[in-house]
Formats: sequence, C-alpha cells, structure tokens
Amino acid sequence: MHFESFSDLIEMGGHGPYVWTCYAIAATILIYNIVSPLLSKKQFFDEQTRRLKREQRISNSKS
Amino acid sequence: MAKSWKMPKWFYQLGSPRWFYDISSRLLPWFAVAAVLLLVLGAAWGLAFAPPDYQQGNSFRIIYIHVPAAVLAQSCYMLMAVAGAISLIWKMKVADMVAKSCAPIGATIAILALATGAIWGKPTWGAWWVWDARLTSMLILLFLYIGVYTLHSAIDNEVNAGQAGAVLSLVGLVNIPIIKYSVEWWNTLHQPATFTITEKPKMVPEMWVPLLVMVIGFYCFFAVALMLRTRTEILQREKRSSWVQQLVEGK
Repeated sequence: MHFESFSDLIEMGGHGPYVWTCYAIAATILIYNIVSPLLSKKQFFDEQTRRLKREQRISNSKS
Repeated sequence: MAKSWKMPKWFYQLGSPRWFYDISSRLLPWFAVAAVLLLVLGAAWGLAFAPPDYQQGNSFRIIYIHVPAAVLAQSCYMLMAVAGAISLIWKMKVADMVAKSCAPIGATIAILALATGAIWGKPTWGAWWVWDARLTSMLILLFLYIGVYTLHSAIDNEVNAGQAGAVLSLVGLVNIPIIKYSVEWWNTLHQPATFTITEKPKMVPEMWVPLLVMVIGFYCFFAVALMLRTRTEILQREKRSSWVQQLVEGK
C-alpha cells in the first residue's frame, strides 16, 4: 500500500477531491448502463404478462 | 457462370435474434464475473498501491478511469459503425439492434472520458477545458453518438431508423483516426498515447499493469452492458414471435 493511513488515502496530497470524483462518476455511469437495460427488461415482461392475463380474461368471459 | 460468394454458417446464425438471445444468456455470467473482479482489482490497485507520478503526484490515478473510458468509447464507436454496415449490406436484424444498443452506452462512456479528462486537467494544466485537437475530436465523438441515438429514437420505422443511424455512424468513422493521431498531428497539451502495440510502455510496470487490468475490465463491462441492451431490444422487436410468447408464459 502506498499510503500511510486511511485519511492519507482519502486526502491524496490535496488531489483527493479530483481523484475520488472521477471514480464516483465512473461508478455511476457503469452502474447506470447495467441497471437501465435490466429495468426495461423487467418492464417488458410485466407489460406482456398483464396483456396475456387480460386476453385470457376476455376469452374466458366469451366462452 | 460466376460462383456466388457464401458467408460461413455462423455468420447467418448471428443474424437470428433467438440464437443471439440464447447464446448471450450463457455468456453473460462469465463476462459479468470477469468485469466485477477486474474492475475492483484494477481500481484498488490504481488507487492505493500504484506509486504516484513524479510530476503529477496522486492526480495521475485518474488515468485508471480516463484511459480505459477513452479507449472503450472509440472501440464502441467502431463496433457501432461495423454493425451498422453489416445491417445495411446483409439486412441483418441483430446487427441493427447491436448498432442501436451501442449508441447510448458509447455516449455515456464518452461523457466519462471527457469528464475525467476535465477533472484531471484542472490540477495538471490549470484549466478544465482547452480547445485542443484531442479534446475537440473527442467531443465530436460524443456528438456523433448523440446523433445516432437521436436518429434511432426519432424515426418510428425501425428499418429507416437503422439505415439512417448506420449511415451517420459510417460517415463519422473518419473521426476515429483523427482522435488517435491528434496528439501527433497538432501541437497539444494532451500527453501522447500510454499504450502502443509496437513499443514497450514508458511507464514502470507497477503503473501500467493495473491500467491494463482496468482496460480489460472495461471491455468485459461493455460486453455485459451491450448484451443486456441488445437482449431487451430483441424482446421488444420480437414480441409477436412464438418463442418470446413462450418466455412470457413461462414467467
């Protein structure tokens, strides 16, 4: 480990705010790119299941 | 009689949305695990264990985000253009969906490269932004991504949208060599390439090995993000096909 203590690691000789901001932005962007398609996939299946149930209800009431 | 040229069988299999959906569900866990391991290892190594730069001090640790993001933003663009060309020439549905899925991922990664560059520029050059060739051409890359993304979402007809997006991404391909050689062709504040294929890195291994880990980790992340987006796109476009209906019924 290059740093003597945890506060040294946070501080980074004055460059801490720059470095940590970059890593935070990176984490946000990477996580967004994984979560957003997963959410739209879930939304797709929710919509399709609802449509399927509706169609079944309609065909049941007709028969 | 001219002999007709045939592409290998796997090339046509790639064009089947169902085949892509099945194979990607088997590949996804491997790439996901690799991406998490490499990114966590690379980030911890770069943040805490790599030695500081003798001129830039600790601000240099931004390199472990900035360089992988910039490399990936350009690779993603090339993939988007190649996939667009394949969908133009062979009318391949999956290629068009891959091209469409590349645009939002590439745009966010280009934003990451530009933002980390600006944050690194402040302590190093004393300015957040300079209108230098490397930075400007990278900004154009972001605009190209936004253009392709907007075309895809603005045109209702999927075929027309795909063609328009493919043509724009192919025209914009000229920007990629400009980004690459901008640091050689023009006088620039930006430092030259960290990695080249022909030469040994000028950095010490303690600095470039974690960088290589991060670059590979970013590529694995990209594989995961691209497969996830393309799979959702496949589901939406193929929702009337029997295999997607079976998936829905099985839920």
